[in-house]
Amino acid sequence: MSTENKKILGILAEFANPGELLKAAEKVRDAGYRKFDVHSPFPVHGMDNAMGLKQSKLGYVAGIAGFIGCTSGMVLQWWVSAVEYPLVISGKPFFSHQAFIPITFEMTILFAAVATVFGMFHLNRLPQLFHNLFYSEQFAKVTDDGFMVSIEAGDSKFEPQKTKAFLESIGGTSLEFIEAK
Amino acid sequence: MESSVKSTAATTANGKVPLILGNPTFNTVTETISGIVENKPPRIWWGIFSVSVVLAAVGLSMIGYLIWEGTGIWGLNNPVGWGWAIVNFVWWVGIGHAGTLISAILFLLRQRWRTSINRFAEAMTIFAVICALVFPGIHVGRVWMAYYMFPLPNQMGMWPNFRSPLLWDVFAVGTYFIVSLMFWYVGLIPDLATLRDRAKKGIRKYVLAAFSLGWRGANRHWQHYEKAYLLLAGLSTPLVLSVHTVVSFDFAIAQLPGWHTTIFPPYFVAGAIFSGFAMVTTLAIPVRHFFGLKNFITNKHLGNMAMIMLLTSYMVGYAYGCEFFVAWYSGNEYEQFTFINRAFGPYAWAYWIMITCNVAVPQIFWSKKMRTKPIVLFIASILINVGMWFERFVITVTSLSRDFIPANWDYFSPTIFDVGIYVGTIGIFMSLFLIFLRFLPTIAMAEVKFILPQANPHAHDHHKV
Repeated sequence: MSTENKKILGILAEFANPGELLKAAEKVRDAGYRKFDVHSPFPVHGMDNAMGLKQSKLGYVAGIAGFIGCTSGMVLQWWVSAVEYPLVISGKPFFSHQAFIPITFEMTILFAAVATVFGMFHLNRLPQLFHNLFYSEQFAKVTDDGFMVSIEAGDSKFEPQKTKAFLESIGGTSLEFIEAK
Repeated sequence: MESSVKSTAATTANGKVPLILGNPTFNTVTETISGIVENKPPRIWWGIFSVSVVLAAVGLSMIGYLIWEGTGIWGLNNPVGWGWAIVNFVWWVGIGHAGTLISAILFLLRQRWRTSINRFAEAMTIFAVICALVFPGIHVGRVWMAYYMFPLPNQMGMWPNFRSPLLWDVFAVGTYFIVSLMFWYVGLIPDLATLRDRAKKGIRKYVLAAFSLGWRGANRHWQHYEKAYLLLAGLSTPLVLSVHTVVSFDFAIAQLPGWHTTIFPPYFVAGAIFSGFAMVTTLAIPVRHFFGLKNFITNKHLGNMAMIMLLTSYMVGYAYGCEFFVAWYSGNEYEQFTFINRAFGPYAWAYWIMITCNVAVPQIFWSKKMRTKPIVLFIASILINVGMWFERFVITVTSLSRDFIPANWDYFSPTIFDVGIYVGTIGIFMSLFLIFLRFLPTIAMAEVKFILPQANPHAHDHHKV
């Protein structure tokens, strides 16, 4: 863990279990850090509050996309059946809105679902195939049974030795500075 | 959410049977499930896979011949213009429904036992819908014109008829396929990251890295991820109910006696869930046996699925009875004839296979002992799927073969090509499913870890684990 000649990109600390991780997140938040994150193999409940995160905006994305899907589904069917290609079929009106409900509904769901998935990718800035944390060897544990806190060097409160001491004081183990290889 | 997490953990501590047996740690969950993918498959895998691939090849070559020769190679005749193709289509779509029920509806109802079975049930959904989509694709005869089904601008200035339920089907099943695929993939991302982190260098690592999108288990990601999962569950729930409703409209919008009934949408949805759970059970029992997953898919899971089958068998049984009542009550002689003809006419054998498999067989699930005996469940679930295939056969063929004017009547017999293409889709389904078992985590690791008692952040407040 040589800190002399390589640029420190951040720090990583491991915690024992989800409960410890939750408490650590609260303390990191209260200490005034902003560019930090916690990593766990599954979502830990209550973590959003512990980290001081606001509610996800994804619901609005899905809602707006669903509305667009609903409107375009109905407009498509109206335009095709009543404007562009009016055909008399069993004497039904050209714009028979009752018959257009199923496709309007499916289009609502389709647009909302696609927007949910791609909106989630966008909010998470995924795919991001490389991240500084992947320089760390022990970081692979996070997708198995590791519970870790990372603080980026770009955080205004970040000072290598002080931050390290702080993470140690709240119960962090296996502390590691993230450095480019 | 948090309070429900706590209470479940508490009841488990109070001596109820835990959902996952063997008291695993997070690491043993990873090891057990990743191990299936990372180690060589058991010999039986190769055995079943070879048979499936052969069946798929036979089916695909028959489809090739169908495209060359036309739909005349099927047993269709003058009144029966819809034969096995539509029967198989409805059967496969119905099977798919259980996957969505498990992944979406049970998620919204906070049924935590779903985590052990949702991954492969969702895979089953996708493969079943692929098999289902084969039939509308090929039954048009001239498959190179299948794009007529989509509202695509073309130089002929032609557009599809949006007042037709067959077009609603295109949108419903298409949406269902896309949404199911996305839901499944979103669920896979954290588990693919687990496999990525375990993989040594090489192509395997690059492929996993690409498909896991650089997932790093960050809570800033989990936050949006969980919201997306909830939204997808909320969107899939009405979607799955609408899909079989629309499929039932293919029949119900027509004027044929036996089809033109308002009970069809709920009746079809219940039947879909019934057959889907039967298929999940048929797949789960060998999977847990041959891959050593009995601690994950426990007898409790099997028992729960058996109870859902028992419930839905009553729903379809009620629908069978109700159809007779309405036929009598309507005073319409064509309607009455159709139902008497179903039970006692030339297709009585099919009708009684349906009643036996769908109404009589599930009654054994009243017994707790039978519900938790894998071999009994396995056989019963196969019989239910046979029964559900015959249900669709009875609906389609009996109504068509004897409609209004006796001069029109004819008996339908399938040809070797009807049978071969149907069996071929079973081969396609099994091949895809076995490839899935081999290359992707069969059980959702992240979700199973989440329901372990030690995953609750407050589990450690009172006692150290």
